[in-house]
Amino acid sequence: MIVTASNMTATPKIEIKDVRKAFGDKHVLNGIDLNVAPAESVVIIGGSGTGKSVLLKCVLGILTADSGVIKVDGEDVTHTPSARRGDVAKKFGMLFQGAALFDSLPVWENVAFGLIQGERMPRKEAKERAIETLAKVGLAASVGDLTPSELSGGMQKRVGLARAIAGNPEIVFFDEPTTGLDPIMADVINDLIIACVKDKGITALSITHDMHSARKIGDRIAMIYEGKLIWVGDAKTVDHSGNDFVDQFVNGRAEGPIKMQLRK
Amino acid sequence: MNFLALIGRVVLGFLVHLGRLTIFTGTAIGHCLRPPLYPRLIGQQMIDIGYYSLPVVGLTAIFSGMVLALQSYTGFARFSAESAVANVVVLSITRELGPVLAGLMVAGRIGASMAAEIGTMRVTEQIDALSTLSTNPFKYLVVPRLLAGLLMLPLLVFVADVIGVFGGYLVGVYKLGFNPGVYINSTVDFVEPLDVISGLVKAAVFGFIIALMGCYNGYHSKGGAQGVGAATTNAVVSASILILITNYILTELFFSA
Ligand SMILES: Nc1ncnc2c1ncn2[C@@H]1O[C@H](COP(=O)(O)OP(=O)(O)OP(=O)(O)O)[C@@H](O)[C@H]1O
Ligand SMILES: [Mg+2]
Repeated sequence: MIVTASNMTATPKIEIKDVRKAFGDKHVLNGIDLNVAPAESVVIIGGSGTGKSVLLKCVLGILTADSGVIKVDGEDVTHTPSARRGDVAKKFGMLFQGAALFDSLPVWENVAFGLIQGERMPRKEAKERAIETLAKVGLAASVGDLTPSELSGGMQKRVGLARAIAGNPEIVFFDEPTTGLDPIMADVINDLIIACVKDKGITALSITHDMHSARKIGDRIAMIYEGKLIWVGDAKTVDHSGNDFVDQFVNGRAEGPIKMQLRK
Repeated sequence: MNFLALIGRVVLGFLVHLGRLTIFTGTAIGHCLRPPLYPRLIGQQMIDIGYYSLPVVGLTAIFSGMVLALQSYTGFARFSAESAVANVVVLSITRELGPVLAGLMVAGRIGASMAAEIGTMRVTEQIDALSTLSTNPFKYLVVPRLLAGLLMLPLLVFVADVIGVFGGYLVGVYKLGFNPGVYINSTVDFVEPLDVISGLVKAAVFGFIIALMGCYNGYHSKGGAQGVGAATTNAVVSASILILITNYILTELFFSA
């Protein structure tokens, strides 16, 4: 979906205004502004440790922003931790960067967790749904009975993805969905994310270091640098953004305005 | 100057902990009283705490009962008061040793495993994941453990009481040559309901403390494997110390009036 002026004026699904977050005297987010329209897919790129995951966690209510406003469907949730968000929390699905699977439960129960605990679906029905969802991320039904520790890293990531989308959330956050996957599986996941956005109308906010994936799944791309979004634009224009920082990042050059903190 | 700063820092750190613990306890109790509860998880924890602690607690109890009989016999022989052995055993076990020893053993076994499990879930973001799946981590993780601790410890201690008294009986009858009937009679005649009940009440409090310390330390652990290790140690040490302190307070309340 190309974002036009008209659907930006409607209530954004997610509205992030001047959000700041520091850990001690370390300022991670320094005033982030970003609106995500319904059924839009926005990809955030940026160097390691620049606060991408922290931003998602602030929106989810796992972390609380120090200042600024975060609205979901127009409702201010800035200072409500996710445990107290009730129905707003139900709108979200989250793929964690480290998968964060429950290692005391078998894989299928991980995927069905939101259905069983959140929606009180009977276990049998939830298991069927879980196995369907596992199939979408390329995992066989037999994987459902393993425990997360018996899976490879890439398989864990895909289970995390299945868990994030199993409850049919309205908004899904993907924190590095293709990291650790082989190129073919990465593209399967890209297609899956696109299908979620296009067919189900899910609003997606993704983080990735994989530029191929970013171009493919994103309607828009936003680049974070030193706690601010220094560039937000159509995914198609990312290769000729005219911004030196974006250029350097997209082309993966060590030389440029972004200096890595290395000792020579 | 530095020394004063150090004291200040220690005191502040302690107050921060105390504040956090108070909030944690309040939140946890609040969630214990409000549905939904997770009967399945409570059951699992009850089996873990109650059933799987039986061997350890049983062994502790039987040897404590045995050594009590032996010690009090040799001690009381000096006053030719050997006949008090059965009474001493049953009183010591039901009032003090049953709850305290079982509490300490379970603190080591269960408190540690709770802190390790919840701590690992914290540092691997599983607790964050819970709340994104519309599940309150307090309800899902903390409440079942607290309730199971509260309910199972009295049961365990009751079993420990019986086994401990039986240990005393074994030594009394087979080693010290008491008449079995006399030994049993002086046990049963002498013990009063309050002796047993006070012990079971203590046990319930200890069970709550053990689970609370395990959950609290796990929940607030940070910094990977090292943090989880520290949480585990803190859970066991703080639970053990609190058990000994509350044991004294409860004894005062029950028996000094
Ligand atoms: N709970 C926390 N406590 C203290 N500092 C934190 C915490 N979480 C994140 N940080 C710090 O915030 C910064 C941003 O972290 P974040 O995880 O958002 O990075 P990221 O952009 O997702 O990086 P990556 O691409 O490597 O995942 C890091 O420097 C990190 O040290
Ligand atoms: Mg990250």
